[in-house]
Amino acid sequence: MTETKNEENSNSRKKFLKLGAIAGVVAAAAGSLGIFEVFAAKEKSASGKKIKLLSPDGRIIEVDSSLINPEIPDIPLNIRQGAPDKKFVMVIDLAKCAHAGKCKKACSKMHYLPPERSYIKIEKMQEAEKTAPYWMPTPCFHCDDPPCVKVCPVDATFKLTDGTVSIDNNRCIGCRFCMVACPYSARIFNWGEDEFKLTEPEKKDIKPHHQCSSHIKGTVEKCDFCPSHAQKGTLPDCVTACPNGVFYFGDEQDDTVSNGDETVRLSELLKEKSGYRYLEELGTKPRVYYLPPVKRRFPFEESNDTKIQG
Amino acid sequence: MIYTDTVQYAEEVKRRAKTIPKKEEQKFSKETHELITDLLPKKFGRSGKIWIGVLFSICLLGLFAYIKQLRYGLIVTDMRDFSSWGIYISNFVFFVAISLVGSLVSAILKLANVKWRTPLTRIAEVIAVAAIVFAGIIIIVDMGRPERFWHLFVYGRIQSPIIWDVIVISTYLTVSLLLLYLPLLPDLALCKNEMVNIPKWQRKLYGILSLNWKGTKKQYQIINKSIRVLAILIIPLALAIHTVTSWLFATTFRVGWDSTNFGPYFVSGAFMVGAAAVIAGMYILRNHYNLEKYITHKHFDHMGKLLVLLSLVYFYFNINEYLITGYKMKNVEGEHLQSLFSGRFAPMFWMVQIFGMMIPILVLLFRKGRKPIPIFVISVLVVVGAWFKRFLIVTPTLMHPFIPMQNIPVSWTHYIPSWEEWAVTAGSLAGALLLMTLLIRLFPIIPIWEIAEEKGLLKNIKSMKE
Repeated sequence: MTETKNEENSNSRKKFLKLGAIAGVVAAAAGSLGIFEVFAAKEKSASGKKIKLLSPDGRIIEVDSSLINPEIPDIPLNIRQGAPDKKFVMVIDLAKCAHAGKCKKACSKMHYLPPERSYIKIEKMQEAEKTAPYWMPTPCFHCDDPPCVKVCPVDATFKLTDGTVSIDNNRCIGCRFCMVACPYSARIFNWGEDEFKLTEPEKKDIKPHHQCSSHIKGTVEKCDFCPSHAQKGTLPDCVTACPNGVFYFGDEQDDTVSNGDETVRLSELLKEKSGYRYLEELGTKPRVYYLPPVKRRFPFEESNDTKIQG
Repeated sequence: MIYTDTVQYAEEVKRRAKTIPKKEEQKFSKETHELITDLLPKKFGRSGKIWIGVLFSICLLGLFAYIKQLRYGLIVTDMRDFSSWGIYISNFVFFVAISLVGSLVSAILKLANVKWRTPLTRIAEVIAVAAIVFAGIIIIVDMGRPERFWHLFVYGRIQSPIIWDVIVISTYLTVSLLLLYLPLLPDLALCKNEMVNIPKWQRKLYGILSLNWKGTKKQYQIINKSIRVLAILIIPLALAIHTVTSWLFATTFRVGWDSTNFGPYFVSGAFMVGAAAVIAGMYILRNHYNLEKYITHKHFDHMGKLLVLLSLVYFYFNINEYLITGYKMKNVEGEHLQSLFSGRFAPMFWMVQIFGMMIPILVLLFRKGRKPIPIFVISVLVVVGAWFKRFLIVTPTLMHPFIPMQNIPVSWTHYIPSWEEWAVTAGSLAGALLLMTLLIRLFPIIPIWEIAEEKGLLKNIKSMKE
């Protein structure tokens, strides 16, 4: 009996401390997420390591280290709200792309798509007969003036404050106007029920904010710039999966982009390597920049993939 | 129907006698009686029943295919990520196009004070209403989530051309229904009073629908005025409905669609196919119901001239559309054009351009070409050509995106509609014909009162004129 009571006491003490700690530290660090942490975090065994904190009333307290530095949980995001104070941007260095295909695989895995389908495509491009061919990965460009958003009759696809173009799959009526309006063929459609059928473990694993990954039959989906990663401050899976560091992802406001290996100034990168945007003349203002395929790291090698189309 | 033998003719006479009062009980003059006898709705004969049966079976097949599509999703079609619009959309454009005939005959010709149009107005309105109803149905069929149709009204964004289309189509349907209904009122009263041997419900229906029509001077004033107002209203609406439909394509960046020519190009094509549809309808009804007295060679001749004029206008917009693009041959735009002119779509393209436009123009320029039989054949060619023309507007463009199609299954690189798509499309076309047939079965297909008025017989018919 007494033992249980003690445990209860210590539990409530823990909870109290947690509240204090979170109010004082986590709230500042992780913003509104921390408040959810109070309710969401499971009890963790004490690590024994104590950390000194400043409590809200100005006292120095010691808490177990396992109570702070919490693992930020996946919480349902409001899909109509972007990450606060961010302007995501992507740079794709065509000089580095060797058509390894890892970005596609990682994307398929991340979004529970069959391996042959992903939100990112890699095309063989060749401007003219005598110019050299090169590989061009094309995700959604998350345009600042998106033609897909313009034509949507029900506001099921929209521009977020963080720059991404998002889709509400519970709103989409499946008219596919956005698909024909997108000049970059970035959007894919859930033609059938079983097309992207998830396994039972996958269904359990699926994050509630992966709107696209829920694969609702008869609705449109596309590259979403991985909002779950953005929420944690990590890079999208295509970026980290690329063995050649082709993709840079970051925040335009911080003027930094990273490909996982190096973090560089966006403005300098674009300036030094003459960055450009694909089909600039359409005026869609993509948020994905390209660096021209000059001084290439790899010789161009034909892939079996492209021959399917011929 | 053309009576090939006397037995058939006798049957037809007997059939008519069942619904029409006998001569000796007649209260009308010979001429009036003849007019009423000829034009009141008639029961289906054997051919009529077979026709209904065939259309109904096609509708059922279409419904079956659609249920399958609802169950498994749009995967049962051959549409995929690149060819994301298919024959549902081209069929929708076809329906919208053909519905423009209503405004052509009952508004433009009316305001131009064309006298010969009277016997054609109702045929045109019946075609228009049936077509626009099925345009609405087929667009819902194309939706991935049809049960979310209400989202259009709750979350509708006025910036989207689809919402513009929803607005103009529903307005056009309303005005077309009124343009069908209002001129029907005197005829409905006539049907109620003069048709014999009809079931109770039918008489009751006429009674309710005729809105207590008595034929007073005031009533005629009201409908004449309303029809005039509607006739004026429907012209901008007709232009809007098809221009907006063309904007579903022209507001995108896609090659072959990114054209400021698209509005007038679509509208002129629509008037052309609409006129052809009326001619085909005229021919069939005239033969089936022996309306030679009312729909004469003169009508075919006039409609033929109108059709050739509309075809020439459409020809002009075709030149404007293809020549300018072909002159520049801009990148993907050029590739797209090449696929139409000499590539994989060339056989269909040239069939459509030659049989659906060039030959009709050549034949109809001659008086002999405007005789009923040749003009009927030409009109059918125009209507069929127009359907495939819309396929050629929708599909080849989607097969030419800016970023080349690569790394996709071979089956995605072409679009061959699945049987489900054909069945649903055929079902919608059969459904439209079925609706037209039912309207013709219930209501006089030629406005009796307007003919009577022209012949000065209106005062003889009590239920129509007080």
